Amino acid sequence: MTNRSSLSAILLFLFFSASSAQHNVRTERISGSAGDVLEDNPVGKLKVYVYELPSKYNKKLLQKDPRCLTHMFAAEIFMHRFLLSSPVRTLNPDEADWFYAPIYPTCDLTPTGLPLPFKSPRMMRSAIQLISSNWPYWNKTEGADHFFVVPHDFGACFHYQEEKAIERGILPLLKRATLVQTFGQRNHVCLDQGSITIPPFAPPQKMQAHLIPPDVPRSIFVYFRGLFYDVNNDPEGGYYARGARAAVWENFKNNPLFDISTDHPTTYYEDMQRSIFCLCPLGWAPWSPRLVEAVVFGCIPVIIADDIVLPFADAIPWEEIGVFVAEKDVPELDTILTSIPTEVILRKQRLLANPSMKQAMLFPQPAQPGDAFHQILNGLARKLPHDGSVYLKAGEKVLNWTAGPVGDLKPW
Amino acid sequence: MKLLSAFRSSYLNRRGSTFRSLDPSSFDGGFIPKSSPSSIFWLAIHCLCCLISLILGFRFSHLVLFFLFSTSVTNLYTTTAGVSQLLQLKPLERKTNVTRDRIRPWPHPNPIEVVRAHQLLQRVQKEQKSIYGVRSPRTVVAVTPTYVRTFQALHLTGVMHSLMLVPYDVVWIVVEAGGKTNETASFVGKSGLKTVHVGFDGKMPNTWEDRRRMESEMRIQGLRIVREEKLDGIVVFVDDSNMHSMELFDEIQSVRWFGALSVGILAHSGNADELSSVLKMNQEGKKALSMPIQGPSCDSSGKLVGWHVFDTQPYATKSGVYVDDTAAVMPSKMEWSGFVLNSRLLWKESVDERPTWVKDVNNLLDGNEEIDSPLSLVKDPSMVEPLGSCGRNVLLWWLRVEARADSKFPPGWIIKSPLDITVPSKRTPWPDSSSKLSVVTKEAKSNQAATEKLSGKPRGSKSKSYSKEKQEPKAFNGFKVPATR
Repeated sequence: MTNRSSLSAILLFLFFSASSAQHNVRTERISGSAGDVLEDNPVGKLKVYVYELPSKYNKKLLQKDPRCLTHMFAAEIFMHRFLLSSPVRTLNPDEADWFYAPIYPTCDLTPTGLPLPFKSPRMMRSAIQLISSNWPYWNKTEGADHFFVVPHDFGACFHYQEEKAIERGILPLLKRATLVQTFGQRNHVCLDQGSITIPPFAPPQKMQAHLIPPDVPRSIFVYFRGLFYDVNNDPEGGYYARGARAAVWENFKNNPLFDISTDHPTTYYEDMQRSIFCLCPLGWAPWSPRLVEAVVFGCIPVIIADDIVLPFADAIPWEEIGVFVAEKDVPELDTILTSIPTEVILRKQRLLANPSMKQAMLFPQPAQPGDAFHQILNGLARKLPHDGSVYLKAGEKVLNWTAGPVGDLKPW
Repeated sequence: MKLLSAFRSSYLNRRGSTFRSLDPSSFDGGFIPKSSPSSIFWLAIHCLCCLISLILGFRFSHLVLFFLFSTSVTNLYTTTAGVSQLLQLKPLERKTNVTRDRIRPWPHPNPIEVVRAHQLLQRVQKEQKSIYGVRSPRTVVAVTPTYVRTFQALHLTGVMHSLMLVPYDVVWIVVEAGGKTNETASFVGKSGLKTVHVGFDGKMPNTWEDRRRMESEMRIQGLRIVREEKLDGIVVFVDDSNMHSMELFDEIQSVRWFGALSVGILAHSGNADELSSVLKMNQEGKKALSMPIQGPSCDSSGKLVGWHVFDTQPYATKSGVYVDDTAAVMPSKMEWSGFVLNSRLLWKESVDERPTWVKDVNNLLDGNEEIDSPLSLVKDPSMVEPLGSCGRNVLLWWLRVEARADSKFPPGWIIKSPLDITVPSKRTPWPDSSSKLSVVTKEAKSNQAATEKLSGKPRGSKSKSYSKEKQEPKAFNGFKVPATR
C-alpha cells in the first residue's frame, strides 16, 4: 500500500517538475543577492510620509519648464506623483518609517535641455532648513530616515563634471539621508553606502509604440548609436568616456559585425530589437538610458564602465544578465563577445525575456506592480527596521550645517 | 590667480549659455567674458595663444604654463619633452587614457570570430523560431501535376527550390502526365526531399480547357496517394508554374481542416498591345480595374462571407485557347492552388474527428466525377478558414506561361554534341572556315573590340591571339558571336 502511494507521489512530483521545467524554458526567474524580490509587494511593509513643501520647490519649477517631464531625470517628478496616491503613503507622520521631501533639483534646464546643477545645492539646503524648522522629524534623526531622489549625473554631488563633483562630495546635509540616485560607481565619493540606484527615466509609451513581433529574427550582432567623441566639450579626446567610446569606434568601425555609428535613425528602437548585443558604454557619467532600452527590447547589454553599480543591484543579478567588459579590454571586444558560450547567451536572453525584469526598469504612468517605483519602495523596505543608532538624543547634532563651498550657503 | 577668481564669479553669475564647454578653472577653455578690462586683456592673450597654437600645432597654453613654472633653459628638445611632462603634471589630474594606446595594431576582424558570430546568430534565430514561431509544425504535403515540355525545367526548378527552403518537413507528390520520365525524375531526385513520383496515363492535351481538366484529375490522383500512404500533414496544391512565397508555408501551419488563400492572378500575355486595349476598354466602360486576385473575402468582423474572383470579362474574346497562344491565359473560377486541406480529411478511418461540413471524400476520390475545385469537397463553404489575415495577404501567384508547341529542348538540358557554329570567333583556326573568316572578320573585330572594352582588361591583341591559338581545347567550339546587332 505504502509502496503504491509513494510511487504515485513520485510520479506526481515528476510530472509537476516536468511541467514547470517546460515553463522555465521560456523565461527564468530572476533572483539577486537579496533573493527573489522583484515581485515583492511593498504595501504593508513600510509607510512613507510626504512633506508638504511650498510649490516653489516642485510645481512652479515644472510649470516653468515642462520639459522636465520627458528628460531622463524625470524620475524625481514621477516618484512624487506616485507617492501621493500610493497606499504606502501615510498622512500621520508619527507612524511613518520613511519621510520624503518632494524637491525637483534637476528641473533647471538650459535651452538645449540639459540640467544645470549650480543652484541645486542651495535649493536642497533651503528645503532641508524648511523641513527641520517646521517639523520635528528631521532633527530626531538628522535625516537618517528621510530619502531624497537625486537623479543627477553624479547624484548628490550636484555637478556634471566628475572632478568638480568629487571635489564637492555629497552635500553635507544629505550625509545621513538615503539617496535614491541614478549614479552608481563603486569606491566613489558620490555613492553613499546605503543609496538605492535606480534606472534613468525612459518614456514607456514611446518604447511600447516601437515594439516589433518577437519572431523577427535577430540579425545584428552588436548595435550602438551615439557619440564616440564629444567635440564640443572634449575637443582633444581621451577625456570623454575615459577614451572608451573612442576606442570602440577606432577598433570596430570597419567590422561588419558591429553596427555602430553616430546616426539618429528613426528605427532606433526597432533595430535594438533586432540585435543580440547592445553596447552601453559610459559617457560623461557611467550610467545611461541605453541600459533600460536594451533590457526592454531584449538585447543583451554590454556594459563598458569600470566599477559601475547598476540599478537595483541587490534585486537583479546583473552579472547573469549583461556582459561586463573592462575599459582596458575594449580592443578585444569582438573576441570577448564571440567567445561567450551559446548556452550562456540563450540563458541571458531568457532572463531578459522575463516580463518582471522589463517592468522593473520602467516608470509607467500610472504605476503598475513590479515597476521601478515599487522596486524603490522594496529597497526602502529592505532597509527597515531602522537601526537604533539613527535616533539622536535631544540636542545632539551630527551634521555640520556650515560645511561645503561658500556659494552653497547663500539662500535660494 | 585673482584674475582667475574674477573669471569664476563672472561665470557663476550667468546662466550657462554654452553649457559644459566652460571650465572656469582653466583659462584656455574658450570662454569669452563680456566686459571688463581684465577680460579684454585675457581675450587678447587667448587670441594670441590660438594663433601660436595654429602655427605650432599643439596647445600653446601648455607651453606658457611650462614657461611660467619651469626654470630650465628654453631648448627646443626640452620644450617638447617638457610639454609631455606637463601633460602629466596638469593640475586638473586628467586621466590620460589616450585613445591612440588602445587601438589594436591590426583592427580587422578575425575570420574565425566572424564565423563564430554567425553561428551564434543562427542559433539565436533558431531559438527565437522555436519559442515564437509555430508551436508544433506539421508536414507540408505538396501535390504537383506536371508534364514534360520546354518550360518544365523553368517551372519545376522554381517549385523545387521553394520546397527545399521550407523549414518544415515536406513530402512532394509529383504526378506526371504521360508516365514517368527521366526529365521529371531528375528534378524530383535533385530536391533531396521525401518524394512520391507517379505517372498518369494520357498525354497532356494542347488546349487550356482540357489541360485544366486533366490537371484536376491528376491532383485527385495525388490525393488518393495521400489517402493510401496515410500521410499526416497539410496538403498544398503546388502547381509547377506558380510562384510561392515562404510566408505561405508559415501561414498554412495554422489551418485546422480546410483553408483558403488569396492567389495573385498574373494573367499576362506576351502581347503588350492586348493589355493596353483591355485597359482602354475598362476606362471606356467606366469600370474600376479589378484586383487580379482570387481568394476569400471577409466582412469587418473577420468572418468569411464570399469569394473574390478574377474578372475574366475584359479578356473574354482574347484569351488563349491553345497552350502556346500568345494571348493571356485565364484562370479557372477557383484555382486549386488557393486551397489547403488537412490530410486527415482524406483518410479512410477516423471519421469521427472529421467535421460534418465536408462531403464524403472517399466517394469523391473513388468515383470518376469531375471535381473542378476543392470547394466541391465541402458541403458548407462558409466553414472554410480564410488564411493570410483574411485573404488580405497574397501569398502566392498564379501564372501560365508555355513555349510554342514545336519548341524543342535538349533532353535533361544537357547538350550531347557540340552546338552548330553560326559565326566563328576571331582567329579561330577552323580548317573550313578560312573563307568565311575574311568576310566576317570586320564585324567580328568590331564586336571583339566592344567586348574587350566591356571587360576592361587591358590585353594586347597579340597575346590574346597567342593564347587562343595555343590553348584551345578540342571540344571547345568557340562562341557564337552575333553577326548583327
